[in-house]
Amino acid sequence: MSGVSDEIVGVNTRWSSISAAVVGWAAAIVFFFPIFWMVHTSFKTEDDAQSLDPVFFFNPSFDRYREVSEDFGGNLGAVDAFTNSFSVVIVSTILVLLMGIPAAYALTIRPIEKWRDVLFFFISTKFLPIAAAIVPLFFFADAIPYPTLGLPFLDTDDLLGTRLGLTIVYTAFNLPLGVWMMRSFFEEVPKELIEAAQIDGASITEQLRSVILPIVSPGIAATALLSFIFAWNEFFLALNLTAADTATVPIWVTGTVDGRGQFFAKLSAAATMASIPVIAAGWIAQKRLVRGLALGAIK
Amino acid sequence: MAQVTYESASRIYGFGSSLEVRAVDKLDLHITDGELLVLVGPSGSGKSTALRMLAGLEPINEGRLIIDDRDVSLVRPQDRDIAMVFQNYALYPQMTVGENMAFALKQQKIPKDERRTRVEEAARILDLSPYLDRKPKALSGGQRQRVAMGRAIVREPKVFLMDEPLSNLDAKLRVQTRTELVDLQARLGVTTAYVTHDQVEAMTMGHRVAVLDHGVLQQVDTPGRLYSHPDNLFVAGFIGSPAMNLVETERSGNDLHLGNNVVPLTPSVQADLEQSSAKKFVVGARPEHLATVEGGTAATANVIEDLGSEAFVHATMPHQGRDETIVIRVPGETAIKRGDNINISVDGPLHIFEAESGRRLGSEEDAE
Repeated sequence: MSGVSDEIVGVNTRWSSISAAVVGWAAAIVFFFPIFWMVHTSFKTEDDAQSLDPVFFFNPSFDRYREVSEDFGGNLGAVDAFTNSFSVVIVSTILVLLMGIPAAYALTIRPIEKWRDVLFFFISTKFLPIAAAIVPLFFFADAIPYPTLGLPFLDTDDLLGTRLGLTIVYTAFNLPLGVWMMRSFFEEVPKELIEAAQIDGASITEQLRSVILPIVSPGIAATALLSFIFAWNEFFLALNLTAADTATVPIWVTGTVDGRGQFFAKLSAAATMASIPVIAAGWIAQKRLVRGLALGAIK
Repeated sequence: MAQVTYESASRIYGFGSSLEVRAVDKLDLHITDGELLVLVGPSGSGKSTALRMLAGLEPINEGRLIIDDRDVSLVRPQDRDIAMVFQNYALYPQMTVGENMAFALKQQKIPKDERRTRVEEAARILDLSPYLDRKPKALSGGQRQRVAMGRAIVREPKVFLMDEPLSNLDAKLRVQTRTELVDLQARLGVTTAYVTHDQVEAMTMGHRVAVLDHGVLQQVDTPGRLYSHPDNLFVAGFIGSPAMNLVETERSGNDLHLGNNVVPLTPSVQADLEQSSAKKFVVGARPEHLATVEGGTAATANVIEDLGSEAFVHATMPHQGRDETIVIRVPGETAIKRGDNINISVDGPLHIFEAESGRRLGSEEDAE
């Protein structure tokens, strides 16, 4: 009896795992194909890229990459765009962590009074559509003086069109999400661990450094990754708040579009280059995202 | 070595608001030097809160807490010179066993050499020497428990606080660790406050046991005294396994009955009964203080738990017009079967309480 039913269960399990694998792979291919096509196109000539019959086999060339890397059409060059993006994105991500970690601490481990209201206030800043905020942001940036420190190459006197301005906006833009994410990770730190550290005589900074941060580090990595990705891919604010020399990578990518057609391959090459840092950041963070460090603390 | 005194210490949630909840209410308790005092009670009795007050993890809203003549009511946990073992051990997951044990010493800025000596010494006492470089997650439950103990030992504190340290172990290991812990505490001679909900643990481990209920201290005494002389109905019902038979009975004049048996009363209980205006009383009888002999009250055996050395018979006995379930201890390998008619009579000291107030009748001398 039991042998028969075991066999039926075995067949069912095998079939369901095969069909699950088929569905999983099908979904993965559907999602991945456009990315593949972008990379594929970036190695074609513009004629092949433009062709209505999809061209699958061709002589791949790096010419489009070379073209987009050089300054073109009076636009910003690739090196400048990447430098701008990296400095704005990395600094804003660091600022998000520096401000978000204490905020998350104050909302979980030593909850301040009315912490729910504070938490709601944080997320409420995301309710306003960014399009509605752009005009005030523009005027604020235009009105806030920018310290030139008398340096000749800093010829601007307000935040509009500066990397600092964009960094501040990106920090503000990612902070609510960062606080919310890190709060949920901080919440999982067992209370007893902090109490044990307290009794063991660890100061608040020592508790944070030796006990809490090692446990929440996967959460901090995830927060940093998301903050990085959102800031890296942001287009609308960058378009409105940067000048020609402070433009970021998304602006540079769209700069490859020209009105006379014949730009698909160049656009694909630029888009592929723009994707690389995000993919790299994701790959680095992935290793740290593995959870389960807290296992063993409790029971 | 140290003494601990709670002086009318209270922990009140929502202190000063209209919704005050007294988690621990005016606790007066003294723990003497080198003593292992067990705080026991059902969940919500305030036993853990009382321990956390001693740790400094809960504020003391009223009264004082004194460790060795020093009022520590407002002193931070790290400055109280105590060490605590948590129910879930609270080991730092990213540190090795050795680092876990050395953490407190490191905070005290104790030199590295001395840290190592003390950690190795504690590891030797607890048989943890081979595991010093392992992370907690690579240890078994029993080993983790010992690491938590080790973390407390290396500190050489004035007081050990233990919050149900054995409840995450399986039954066999728990019994074994229990004796190890008692032995260790005796060897180190460190004053210890130990919280448990398990009255068997309390009775077997404690030099003295403090029974709490609803934040109020019910009785603090040696295990033997708690068993033989419970101060009130709560303690009588809580201490002892299987529990004491507690049968509510209405007085008939100045007599009390248990089934058909007239309850024998000592002179001081008799005197208290005559003075009491209460109508209802509770007769408490330990299972070993009842016997099955001819001439008692007829009862029917329902369940027989035969442990070999002894057996417990759960029987239904008519009492003042209703059926009461009574547990009687009989010698092991008993011939009594389910459905048998047995006779129950009193064969030992009984405990009499007022049903409403829970107060015990009779003076202390009677119970000797």
